[in-house]
Amino acid sequence: MRIVFALVVLLVMASLPFWVSAYILAVLTVAYYFGVFAMAWDLLFGFAGEVNFGPTFLIGLGAYTAGLLDNHGVPVWLDVIAGALAAVIGGLVLALPALRLRGPYFGLITLVAVLVLQQVIVIFAGVTGGEIGLTINDVLSVDPGHNYWLALVFLMVSGVILYSLSRSAAGLILQACGQDAIEAQALGFNVAKHKLAAFAVSALFSGLAGAMLVFYLGTASVDTVVDISVGVQIIIAAVLGGRRTIVGAAIGAVFLIVAGEILRPLGQLNTFVVSAIALAVILFFPDGLVGYLLRRGERA
Amino acid sequence: MTTPLLEVAGLTKRFGGLVAVKNLGFAIAAGEILGLIGPNGSGKSTAMKLIMGIERANAGSVRLAGREIVSWPTHRIARAGIGLVFQHSRPLHRQTVLENIKLALLPDSLFHLAAETSVDARARAIGERVGLGAVLDRHPTTLPFADLRRMELAKAIARDPEVVLVDEPFAGLTMAEVESFSALIRSFREEGKAVLLVDHNVKGVAALVDRVLVLYLGERIAEGKAEAVMRDETVRRVYLGGAIETHARAIAPEKSGVALLKVEDLTVFYGKAQALARVALEVHEREFVSVVGLNGAGKSTLFNAISGLVPYSGGINWQGTALAGKTPAAIARGGIAQCPETRELFGDMSVQENLDLGGQRQPPAERADRLAWLYDLFPILKSRSKQLARTLSGGEQQMLAIARALMMNPRLLILDEPTLGLAPVILEQLSKALERLRETTPITVLLGEQNVTFALPHADRVYVLEHARIIWQGPPDRFAAEAGAGYL
Repeated sequence: MRIVFALVVLLVMASLPFWVSAYILAVLTVAYYFGVFAMAWDLLFGFAGEVNFGPTFLIGLGAYTAGLLDNHGVPVWLDVIAGALAAVIGGLVLALPALRLRGPYFGLITLVAVLVLQQVIVIFAGVTGGEIGLTINDVLSVDPGHNYWLALVFLMVSGVILYSLSRSAAGLILQACGQDAIEAQALGFNVAKHKLAAFAVSALFSGLAGAMLVFYLGTASVDTVVDISVGVQIIIAAVLGGRRTIVGAAIGAVFLIVAGEILRPLGQLNTFVVSAIALAVILFFPDGLVGYLLRRGERA
Repeated sequence: MTTPLLEVAGLTKRFGGLVAVKNLGFAIAAGEILGLIGPNGSGKSTAMKLIMGIERANAGSVRLAGREIVSWPTHRIARAGIGLVFQHSRPLHRQTVLENIKLALLPDSLFHLAAETSVDARARAIGERVGLGAVLDRHPTTLPFADLRRMELAKAIARDPEVVLVDEPFAGLTMAEVESFSALIRSFREEGKAVLLVDHNVKGVAALVDRVLVLYLGERIAEGKAEAVMRDETVRRVYLGGAIETHARAIAPEKSGVALLKVEDLTVFYGKAQALARVALEVHEREFVSVVGLNGAGKSTLFNAISGLVPYSGGINWQGTALAGKTPAAIARGGIAQCPETRELFGDMSVQENLDLGGQRQPPAERADRLAWLYDLFPILKSRSKQLARTLSGGEQQMLAIARALMMNPRLLILDEPTLGLAPVILEQLSKALERLRETTPITVLLGEQNVTFALPHADRVYVLEHARIIWQGPPDRFAAEAGAGYL
């Protein structure tokens, strides 16, 4: 039953370019990339038990690495790979010392990392475009339908990989590390190793999605891929959809972006209404939308 | 004689100025069960954590089958063959019991995506062995308390360690459950494993262990067969104290009319573990009542229920009105001040600031008076008044905690195990202060203690709490004869 439902949803999603406007496709394309951001974040928060306040540090590294290389004439596919690698390396350099710290300090370090990256981009404006942003010559495709399908396939592939990983034996160990690190160690698991690996995987998908997003948007700017508020939106999306579900994070991201677009006529009120909805869901359904449905399923 | 499987020598751990474990040494052979016993704060849990590498030792050695492992990280020690059965753990709630057991069977690999099929069969077999056969496909949250403990045991068995450390194996279990757990632990011995049981009292593990080692204030005070240790003079002094003095005053309940505090039929559950069962107790105006009991008996739970910190069923009446539904703050304002076991001082504030906070609700003139009176009661605090609370010694911290509670000008002062982890000389000072408090003020005191020598001299009446139940009550001079024997 669930599989049939999922297939129908997938078919509808895949057929959208044939019957909806380019505007809707554009909104959904961005939403799908955000879906990958949120899923990658949920792997860290939901499974490794670490709150990464700086998902945009990883995303920004991927985005800017790809954009800068493109401006130096490197082919697009290589830019995207390099962007993902840069995010992994940057993420590991950050996480190696940060994971040694206990309690809220890991989160604080990730937060500071975003601010540092933001400052570096502004200071080296000559190379990075600074606050105006970096214009990118190449695009993934000029056709909105192709761009949409690319984002959809990327979302699906990332989702399948991250979800399978979370359900695998390694994912089980990661959850144990996140929930009770001392007991996980007493069972013989190297907690630091597993958390670091989770961080690397999260960085890989964040960087990859960040790099692809700039080629879709045709620009990389602090406001779209680095700013703290972008990170906050990703976090809200993941929590809204449901912690520890992976799929929920993607649904939360699509919901948040689409809701923001629908409410755009409200002007200034738009952000307020979306934030209020998010707040209400977090307060009344701390497990998120998907988490809530799963719980009800378990009880039934 | 066989070579010991686990050898501990010269093990020492300091936390700041406190020496939690001092030069500890023992050995356990294959197929032997050693009980590591000591009152709360004696360092037994720290010793267990040191062996497992969860805490780092300052000095000493831990050898597993001759190999030095003291500086290894925990996961490596676990792989080398030491397993720890936790008392409390956070199981994976979204996974079934079977999957929780499977977790323990997985290799420490990042690339191990699917468990082998043999893992499933092995996990099932282990589940059957510990008695979880019927609930393997359920989620841990739906299990009764004893089954959660069984699951912890199953995880330790799954690792097939040579040395098994068990933290308080029987805490919170019923008699029948204790039996089946004992059988499981005995089966470890038959398999030739070395077992270390950590517990509060000798009595609980006497039937199971081959030898007992008693710790007090981080040091070994006795070692040997359970019966011999229970007869040991030093051990008796630690648990029961030396000669017990009593100075009960006759405060007849009928004279003081309505009880100041009346507890009836009080029952508390922590999740599935029963912490208090139908407890009844009365405290009258100006009375000094002691509740004695070993750790885990339910003393703190009783006090926390009175202070409104834990949900309960049954009645708690304060001067004739029910306290149920009142917030902890309202209860405290009503005149019940609790001085918790953990002291809960504000470590980064000075002694004076801590006391001022306690007296927040008093008028300034009265506050100054009380402060002067308390400095007179605890002169050491006056000389330390500018010092940060966390830099005080354990005894001074305890005095500060009591003084802070007294700043609130309570009608009832609840003291939860004030002697915890304190050296005998400090106990004497504390005892003198309580003595003066009792003689010079009209205050009513409810004291919870494990140390009977400390609890009895001041008490007018005594309750004995054991396994969540009041099993004896009476005047202190009858305690030794009627309840003392069963206390070790």
